[in-house]
This record gives sequence, structure tokens and C-alpha cells, in this order.
Amino acid sequence: MKQQPSLSLNRRAFLKTGGLTVSSLVIGFNSAQAGSELVNLSERVAEKALVSLEVSPLVILENTGKIILMAHKPEIGQGTFQSMPLIVAEELEVSLDQVEIRQAMADKKFGNMGVGGSYSVRSEWANLRKAGAAAREMLTQAAAKTWNVPVDECYAREGKIFHKPTGKSSSYGALTEIAKTLDVPKEPKLKDAKEFRLVGKPSKRPDIPAKVTGRAKFGIDAEVPGMLYASVDRAPVMQATIKSFEDTAAKKIPGVQHVLKAERKMNKNTFQGVAVLADTYWAALQGRRALKVEWDNGQYGAFNSADITARFKELAKTDGHVDTNKGDFDTAFAGATKKLEADYELPFAAHAPMEPQNCLASVKGDTVEIWTSTQLPDDVQKETAKYLNIPPENVMVHVLFVGGGFGRRLFLDQVMEAVYLSKQVGRPVKVVWTREDDMAGGPYRPATYSRLRAGFDGAGKPVAFQHKVVAPSINDTQFGSKDPAKRQDDGAMEGLKEAPYDIPNLRFNNVFADVPVPMGWWRAVYSATTCFAHESFVDEMAHAVGQDPLAFRLNLIGENTRMKNLLTFLREQSGWEKPLPAGWGKGVAFWQFFAGQAGHVVYVSKTDKGVKIEKIVAAVDCGTAVNPDNVRSQIEGGTVMGLTAALKSAITFEEGRAKQTNFHDYQMLRLNETPPIEVHILPSSESPIGVGEPGLPPAAPALANAIFAATGKRVRKLPFDINDLG
Amino acid sequence: MAVISLTINGKKRTINADPQMPLLWAVRDVVGLKGTKFGCGMAQCGACTVHLNGKPIRSCITPVSTVANKKITTIEGVGSEARLHPVQQAWIEEQVPQCGYCQSGQIMSAVALLNTNPDPTDAEIDQAMSGNICRCGTYNRVRKAIHRASDMMKESALKTK
Ligand code: FES
Ligand code: FES
Repeated sequence: MKQQPSLSLNRRAFLKTGGLTVSSLVIGFNSAQAGSELVNLSERVAEKALVSLEVSPLVILENTGKIILMAHKPEIGQGTFQSMPLIVAEELEVSLDQVEIRQAMADKKFGNMGVGGSYSVRSEWANLRKAGAAAREMLTQAAAKTWNVPVDECYAREGKIFHKPTGKSSSYGALTEIAKTLDVPKEPKLKDAKEFRLVGKPSKRPDIPAKVTGRAKFGIDAEVPGMLYASVDRAPVMQATIKSFEDTAAKKIPGVQHVLKAERKMNKNTFQGVAVLADTYWAALQGRRALKVEWDNGQYGAFNSADITARFKELAKTDGHVDTNKGDFDTAFAGATKKLEADYELPFAAHAPMEPQNCLASVKGDTVEIWTSTQLPDDVQKETAKYLNIPPENVMVHVLFVGGGFGRRLFLDQVMEAVYLSKQVGRPVKVVWTREDDMAGGPYRPATYSRLRAGFDGAGKPVAFQHKVVAPSINDTQFGSKDPAKRQDDGAMEGLKEAPYDIPNLRFNNVFADVPVPMGWWRAVYSATTCFAHESFVDEMAHAVGQDPLAFRLNLIGENTRMKNLLTFLREQSGWEKPLPAGWGKGVAFWQFFAGQAGHVVYVSKTDKGVKIEKIVAAVDCGTAVNPDNVRSQIEGGTVMGLTAALKSAITFEEGRAKQTNFHDYQMLRLNETPPIEVHILPSSESPIGVGEPGLPPAAPALANAIFAATGKRVRKLPFDINDLG
Repeated sequence: MAVISLTINGKKRTINADPQMPLLWAVRDVVGLKGTKFGCGMAQCGACTVHLNGKPIRSCITPVSTVANKKITTIEGVGSEARLHPVQQAWIEEQVPQCGYCQSGQIMSAVALLNTNPDPTDAEIDQAMSGNICRCGTYNRVRKAIHRASDMMKESALKTK
């Protein structure tokens, strides 16, 4: 295998260190040394003749005293760069300033490196604890052996093993060599939660100093000598093909080196473009502007949002796939004393992370080196290998800080695009998307259309409930469906099934809607839209029978004590029962789905034609809160993203293309529009569950429910103008 | 192409670039200071905020030729981890950043605000900061951190008196 210089250098570095099986090259960030650079640590590693003990790929102890904890998940803002090493440190009995956290490169030894579904901490909780505990036990045993004392007279604290009777101690570094000769315990004893020193206490994130000084390196900041910048002219209609292009003017722009066809592979779809490669990004942009490309839109130019709404409404008349069917909805609804029906319409949305999509790829022979912002480092490695038909080991993936994921970076199209171009021109190529590329490029959060029906008995008790969701399928647009009769996405039913309401006759329908545009997982996925319909409609039900919406919900909860506790907690923390000033209204919503569970109470006051959000109180049950301050931060962020989707932004299509192009017409909530958000964490000693997404779904329905309480106006379509409710 | 003299963070730099190139790309790609970020390219998001003679500007729409010989400050010139500016310190205390991508711009806007208005009200913070988008939704913390930085700066001013 022909290797590029940097790769072979690192292979050597790897070999020299022998037993040190850290990945051959690590982008590191030395949290113990303020002011240190984000650097390539491989050479530093190679220089030292040291003894190191790798308890698991995530925990490396050196005889120099250095304790290295690998952050094997990308940091997208959710805090795993700290929270995951913190869990190891807890069991290892070290404080966070005694460890060095290193960002891992893609490597199969780390297993699943992806971040999505609010899954990182909960999926690794047990493993991380075990890794830390195993190391602690080995060091304790090593000390007992050295001192020739019983192991149960020794204990670990702050990076040292102490001998209780005599008080003597030894540092971890000094014990590493002996510990290395011991077996790694398979079932080390984990700490009792009562003994936690780090978990459950707010602690400062080590990535933040780098993020306030401009020193943190994101994918877009990657640079290698000899690289070219690329800007790709894309079809206004995503699926269009190139008829012809004229590049004479583009090539005259100083700095432009190549103009060539580009391809962007996103799962089953491959989109075309014309790439301009230049010495500077500015020159690439200028060149792109000078291009004349003729596109063939095929059948795709006929796709319009107005038609979609009409089609969704038509589809709502059909049954689609009956996903959940409890009791006999039809009979119960037909016989109900009181009936309620409503439709809810939720739009497409773009992820719009602040860091536009980008990737630097360097293809040399049958090896590739990649620097990017991604949520799926191991998939970048595997998919690139597949794309180029080379072994995964030949793909080095540098994981940099990610300027926002929200699901967008679960797609690897930007990586494939850079890999393709680099291979074509034989030089490192850094593709940087414009904001317009990002808005137009998809994939989008599916728009959904909900039809809800409820029936009550004479006493006002709900006896029948149906939620029908008309939804495009993320899976179908990304991967295709094996069975043409089963194109609906099961995801569209997420959350509905977990909804804690105990109604005897219940039906959930999943109606597939075919759309020609790729859909994607957006923060909270289908719950981002279906929760709005569900929790707004439950509010309508409460009002229909003249009950307090929170009490109504509490009464309807059956077995789900977790949700009952959460709602009770939210009632207390939000002061739900306190009288309100004149002109105010309050609304509640809560939601449980694959990511976890949270709820909101929103307070609004009436203005001239709309309302003002006075305050939002959120409650979350995330099990054990590893870093409570970070949990709060995530719930605040989810709430803001939920409000943005409710009040600001939607993607609409005209003639096959997204109409919105940048932040002027796809707006974000801004600081002056953001209400105070209070977050309360339900005390819990359960295993951790997700926090990245649960803060999003209930925010919008709680707001809409508050608006109804204050004004009598029911919002059934997002986004809406909070200053003019019509 | 033209030879342009820039003064960035107190250092003189001479670059050879298209006079129309936005300052953002000159700073990032030619000078190599990556702390200033690209978010929209049309003065909508504030990720690219730098100071021109102490005033916040959007570097993505500022042709580099128009700022020749003027004083440019980027996030790298505000403070380093060894010598943090009170605003950066407050940002750490309040744990403002999530992904962090917008935060250079947020901090540049906040520093500019506090330079002219050491004790801003909430309404004044609204005014000064509404040009900076944070998709992660850190706004509540940004507000708190500005108040905290203001307190810190007042305290240290008292001490030095
Ligand atoms: S990049 Fe300049 S304001 Fe957005
Ligand atoms: S911290 Fe992520 S965009 Fe502001």
C-alpha cells in the first residue's frame, strides 16, 4: 500500500509506542494545560519511552502520571466531550483537572462513535463506569501488592491509592507498571451513587475556554498545505441534472484552478453540481458566480408546498397503516356523547447549524485523510471506504469540534463531495458550503399533517382517541423501501406510543406521503412536529370538558408513574396553581419519546394583537444528571429551537426548490425575542437518559396552549406570528 | 489583486488579495486567524463580527480594501486563555457556549457594547446583541454573562482607582 507521508509517519509513531494502543494519531486538547493548542499529539506520544496501561480504548494511564481519557464521540455542543470522560473519572477517582481529554479519531476499537438520538451518555454509561472502575481496581491491587497489604485496606482518591491503616499513598503513575501486569477485571465493583463526587454536580466544560478565545478548531477551520478551496454550484432543484456548463469566465478569475462536475452522494441519492476549485475560498466563490450552468429539472420542478398541503389533507382521509389499535375506536367514537376533531399542519424545516457544511479531504492513491465536522466519525470512515472501494483502515478521520449538528451531520454528503473532488484533482480539497447551499441542500425535517379525534362519555371522560399522522418517510427518501407496501416511517409514531394517556379505545395511524425531496432526522425527529398536534389536541380536550389542562392530563395518566411524577414536578416548579395577573395565560405540554422526557409550562400576556412570552419553566427527567448545568443548557437550547420552529422558520417549496435561502427569510429566534427559561431537573438516581432532544417537542404546544388560555385563539399551524394572531 | 496593509490585533500584515475579498476571508484564509467565523455571508448572523477601530462590523460584507490601515480586532486579539478578557471570563463562569461556533461573534458584540456602555440594561443588551444568531439557543446565558462581565469590569475599575 502506498502511503502518504503523514499517514506513514503516524503508522511509525504507532509502532514505536508498542503497547500504547491509542489511535495512531490523535487530535488532542490538553485540558490540564490552559493555553495549550489543539494539536496533533501523536509525535509527543511517540517521543516518550513510557509504560502505559490501556484499560480500555477509553482509558490510558501512563507511568509519567498522565491520565488520558478519550472523548470518542464528537462534541456538537451537547457536552459529551466532558460528560463522558467525567463518568470514567468518577469511577477512577480522579478529578477532571488531573486528566487529559483527547478527541479520538475514527477507529473501530471505539465501537459506535456516532452522536444522535440523545443517546451518547445513556448508551455508554455502564461501559464508561466499568472502564473507570476496572482501572481503579487494578491500581488498588497494584498498591496492595507493592505494600504487601490486603487489598481491602487500600482505597483510591484523587489520583492516588491510600493505605488506610498507615496513611501511606502512591500515585497512579507510580503504580502503572505493576498494574499493567494484572488482569483487567471483567466485573469491577461500581461506586454507590451516594459516593459520587463528580456525577450530579455542575462542572465547567473544558472545551469552553477554547470556544471563548477563538482557539477551538471546527471542521471549517481545517487546513493542510497545498489544499484547494471548493464551492459547488448546485441545481436550484436538488435532483436536477447538468445539461451543459460554460466555464470560460470562471477560469479567468485569478486563483481558480479547476472547474469540474461534482457529485454529492447522500445515501441512495446522488446530486450533481459544478465545482470551482481555487486557491482561496473567495476566488472559488467568484468563479462559481461566473459559471453558466444549464440544468434539467426533469419531473422535479413541479413540486410545490401549496400542492403538498392539499395532498396531505386528501391523505388524511385514508387510513394508511394502523400502527396502534387498542379497544374499538370506531364504535366508541360513534357512541360518544361529545366529540372533538381537529387538524394540525406542521412544516418542513432546515437544520441550519451555524457552521455551514464543510469537509477537507485528501485522497492519495488508496488512502484518504479527512477533516470534518460530523456526528458519525465511524460512518465517515466506513462510507468513504465503500465509496472509494478501499479498506476502512486507509481512511483517517480527524474529528473536530462541530458547529451544531441537530441531525444534519448524520448525513455524509458533504464528506462524499470533498472526497470525490479530491480524487478527481489529486490534491487536498476543502469544500465549504454557503448558507444558501445549506438551505437548498436538504435533507429537511418532514412536514407532517395530523388529524385527531376524541370522544367523551356523558361524564366528560375521554373514551376514544385517534391520532392520524400523514408524513413523508425519512427512511424511504434516504434508503428506499424494500417492501413497496410499507413505505411509511415507523418513526412517525414515536412518542405517540409513549404518550401516557390511558384511554380505552385508542388508534394511531401512520399515513405515508410520497415527497421527491430527501428528508432527514432533525432534532427530536418526528416528535418535533407530532408532539405539537398531540399535546395541543389534548389541551383542546381538557377545555372541551371544562377542566384544568394540567389536572386533566394528570387524571388521564395510567401506569406511567415516571410521566406522572414529571408532570407533578412541573406543576410544583412552575407555580401552576398560583393566580395569574390579568391578561396572562399559561399552557402546559409534556412528551416522552426515544430520547427521554420533558415538559414545559409557558406563561404569556396579551399584547395588542398577539402575546408576549413572559416566562418558560421546563422540567426534565433525565435520570441521573451527569452534569446538571449542561443538562440545563441542553434543555434551554431545545426550548429555543422549538420556539424558533413555532414562531420563525419553515421551508416551503416552489417549483421544486426551497424558497428560503438564508437567515433573512429563514429566521432564527434572537436574543431580544428569547424569554427567560428556567429549567428544573427531577431528582433521580435512575440511569441517565437523553437531554439533547427532550427539551424541544413540548415547548411549542405549551406556548400554543398558553395562547389559547390567554386569548381564546387556537393555533393549529406552524409557524405563526406571535405579534399578530389574526 | 492588490497589496493591502492590515493592522490586525495590533500587528501589521501585508497581504496580496482581491480588493473586493471580504475581510472575513482575508482574516481566515489569508492571514490564518480562524476564530472569526462564517455563518451567512450577508450580515444576518453576526458570526463574523470583528472590531474596526473599536466598533463591531460584519466582516463578511466588508471588502478588505476598505479597511486598509484601520485598526482591526478579532477574537484572538481580545484575550487568550492565559489572559482572559472579563467578557471571556464571564462567558466561562456562565458556561455560555454549546457548540461554540457563534460565540466569537457574540463575544465581539458584547465587548463592543461594554466598551461604550459599561452598565447596559436588558433593553440595551437586546439592542446590541440581536444581530448575533445562536442556533444552539444560548441567549439567556449570553445576557447573564454580559451582566456578570459588567460587574467584573466595574469591580476591577474600583480596585485600580
Ligand atoms: S457571516 Fe457575517 S453576519 Fe453572518
Ligand atoms: S453555541 Fe452553537 S450556535 Fe451558538
